Amino acid sequence: MNPTELSAHGKSGVSRRAFLKGSGAAAAATALVHGPGLVAEETKPNVVSVGLNTITLDVNGKQQKVDVEPRTTLLEALRLGLNLTGAKPISVDGSSGGSTVLLGGKPVSANSILALECIGKPIVTVEGLGGNSTAISGEIAVGAIDPVCRAFVNHDASQCGFCTPGFVMAVKAFLAKNPKATEAQIREGLNGNLCRCGTYANVIPAVVDVVKGARNGS
Amino acid sequence: MAVEYTWPPRDQTSVLGGSHNKVDGTAKCTGAAKYSYDINPDQMLLARALGCPHAHCKIKSIDTSAASKVKGVHLARALKKPGDEIRWQGDLVAVVVGETEGAVAEGLAAIKGDYELLEVFVNEEDLKAAEAAKRADKSGGKVQLQNEPEDENKDFENQEIERLFKEAAVVVEGYYGIRAITHMCLEPHGSTCDWRDGKLTAHLSTQNVSGTAGQFAGPLKITTDDITVHCDYIGGGFGSKFSADSWGTKCAELSKELNRPVKLMLDRDLELKNAGNRPSGFANVKIGADDQGVITIWDSHHWSTGGFGGGSVPQDVMPYVIVPPNFRRRVTNVKTNTAAARAWRAPNHPQGSAMSQTAIDDVAAKLGLDSYDVFLRNLVNVKDRGDVYAEEMKIAAKLIDWKAKWHPHGKGPAQGSIVTGLGMAIHTWGGGGVPSGCLIKIHPDGGVESFAASQDLGTGTRTVIAIVLAETFGLPVSAIKVNIGSSKLPASSPSGGSITVASVSESHRHGGLDALAQMKKLVAEKLKVEADSLVAKDGRIRDKSDPSKGLSWKEACSLLGMNALEVKGRGAPSPKSKLSSSGVAGVQMAEVAVDRETGVVKMKKFVAVQDMGLVVNRKTAESQIYGAMIMGIAGALFEERILDPKTGAFLNAEIADYRLPRLGDIGELVVEIYEPDSERARGVIGLGEPPVISPGAAISNAVCNALGVRVGVLPLTPKQVLDTLKARKA
Repeated sequence: MNPTELSAHGKSGVSRRAFLKGSGAAAAATALVHGPGLVAEETKPNVVSVGLNTITLDVNGKQQKVDVEPRTTLLEALRLGLNLTGAKPISVDGSSGGSTVLLGGKPVSANSILALECIGKPIVTVEGLGGNSTAISGEIAVGAIDPVCRAFVNHDASQCGFCTPGFVMAVKAFLAKNPKATEAQIREGLNGNLCRCGTYANVIPAVVDVVKGARNGS
Repeated sequence: MAVEYTWPPRDQTSVLGGSHNKVDGTAKCTGAAKYSYDINPDQMLLARALGCPHAHCKIKSIDTSAASKVKGVHLARALKKPGDEIRWQGDLVAVVVGETEGAVAEGLAAIKGDYELLEVFVNEEDLKAAEAAKRADKSGGKVQLQNEPEDENKDFENQEIERLFKEAAVVVEGYYGIRAITHMCLEPHGSTCDWRDGKLTAHLSTQNVSGTAGQFAGPLKITTDDITVHCDYIGGGFGSKFSADSWGTKCAELSKELNRPVKLMLDRDLELKNAGNRPSGFANVKIGADDQGVITIWDSHHWSTGGFGGGSVPQDVMPYVIVPPNFRRRVTNVKTNTAAARAWRAPNHPQGSAMSQTAIDDVAAKLGLDSYDVFLRNLVNVKDRGDVYAEEMKIAAKLIDWKAKWHPHGKGPAQGSIVTGLGMAIHTWGGGGVPSGCLIKIHPDGGVESFAASQDLGTGTRTVIAIVLAETFGLPVSAIKVNIGSSKLPASSPSGGSITVASVSESHRHGGLDALAQMKKLVAEKLKVEADSLVAKDGRIRDKSDPSKGLSWKEACSLLGMNALEVKGRGAPSPKSKLSSSGVAGVQMAEVAVDRETGVVKMKKFVAVQDMGLVVNRKTAESQIYGAMIMGIAGALFEERILDPKTGAFLNAEIADYRLPRLGDIGELVVEIYEPDSERARGVIGLGEPPVISPGAAISNAVCNALGVRVGVLPLTPKQVLDTLKARKA
């Protein structure tokens, strides 16, 4: 079966955004039609087909096409569809924070949300923080990567590193809401992310540093 | 010129012992680092395993026919046959391979298993029940008594031990324990296997890049030369990822059979049920001591389970570090319907510590003495490094302000229902290296790269290697390109037992110094000076006393001609080596606040003073200690494997249910590395394990100091604390 095109553009000229507005953001409200190759017709905007659909996601500022099933999580779409593997599958729910990404500016566990629910909302993954290079080097130029990533590197706030991308995204969201967070607030506000190696003691000063850096305008 | 394999003195180093960012820190913090779970070859299929729902049963049938018909499923297969016995919940009984996560999940749900249930036993803490169920085996012990029997007195042992207890100024009897925990690697066990043209590339999440390739050969009916194990990054191992495991080789077989790459990672619950747990430990301990708290006689019986096959915390960690001249210890193994235990960071030491250094603290409590003084006096009963412990105790006490904060057990001031307390413990570990190889290449254009089939567990292996070679060649750390993570590279040590840093430091310093000797020879010939008069420093190979006389590194390398200089490094750690050594001490002190009404224990301050010989990278060394302390807090206050005593079901095998500390739970942590010249002179010693040992006993002792009551069994959850307080009142 060929993936069916879900984005509503073409004949009727309905924009994807308008289409989504009509469809409602929640996939739960989306009717499922069983049967092969069913097309989400523009006249029936609330219908998606069982099986693969091609959708367009706004990831790290780019419109990216990805094939998903109605049951595909955002995490699976990112990791397997777009090969953006920074967000990690650690828990079955949101309890590890390992798959944290920003959706419409808010932190969500990408494994607890369906890809279809994310159409039309800007998604930022850890890869969107400027660290596209796989180069192995301990020295980072200011401006090369996000200040949160840089502070994590400078404070050695990663060990095995598997939880780190989720942690970085959680910190990013936390500081967006609490740009002047005190150490006490940092200790209160970042308990959604699990680290097994025990990097918390390094994460705390890293976040303190980002707050300080922002204050100093660096 | 004979090369002397040593480290430069402290005042002559340029990068060795400094605080360096991890060279792969940026990759880890930006999501660029690719773990086995992240490798997505073209045309890859996804596989998941199904775990048996029962802890003990016989397979009657596993029906995969419906699963095979699920759209998107390529293969559904039973991994067990009728008649096979299942001995723990979660043992893998089937596997499904499909196009998408959804298809695979649907396939797994369609598998029908029929099982004949068998008798389950999982509660090893209840020794009487274990004996009644015929699951307990005495597994030896040891008696050491200073006096010898005068004649053929068959009852000498009992009589002598009885006499020693009678003579003791104080006798303490207690029950102590620590429950089983899991490794909980955040990247579960598994691999992405890619079979192509008769060759296998296994992207395996492993602590053992050099040692696992051969494990795929038999099942795939090929030889190891056609196998590459690849692991650039591993999401946690802690002792549980040394083997390819049955699901690793199964993944490779499926890739071969389907002629597509296959990814098979364990689900979280299967990870916890199958892929690593640490044995529990429970002990009855009786101690006799003099009126100063110095232990004169020790008598203990401990039991635990290493899973369905038995196995246990071995006898030699009881008593732990502090071993009096007279002791008797006995061990009983209990078999439970749980998966086989795996090595867990500092195998058996945390249990030994939690079951014995708590008892020593109870001696202090009973005599009304300061725990610090009692531990200090008992250093006479420590075999090695007594002086190091004494120094480290002094430093730790100062950092936690022990003298000002100390109060006798249970006699501290209370603020409402909150009481505070102090506790300490001491530990030991080996951490020596093992023979390892490496290859070092110096290119005519000045580039330097190294190759070794090592791995980075998060300790910073790449960075350690880069620092060692940078120091050796007088170059910045960033000038060294380190290659690890492939079994095709020169064999190196697995990463376990804290052997990695000593192993790779030996091999790379060896090879580096040999390579430098050749470089010096070329420069000496060119400059017409003695090679002995040259030194590699600040990016130059130059005269020791006249920095202007010499060549830049690049100029020196151009003397190599067309080909790179290739030098093999051989690490051969031995007692004679000046580069590495084995054996450390370590002291930890904890301050806690306990709420007598809720039973909640909070970390206030936690101090670790740790020796490790010569420090290669201060920053990552400190991180290791912080991490170990936090992992120790987890075992002391939060985590335990909870099994249903009737069915043997693992009740908390998901992250939401398996309690671990979060960022807000750690209190103030203080790390002090003890590296006087006498320790630095011993060379590099591994660090990963030692600081994870003491937290259980130190925190338990602090809670006991706060409450005046021993909560005997870790973790000290609110329930444990409240139950103990309630029992005391009754």
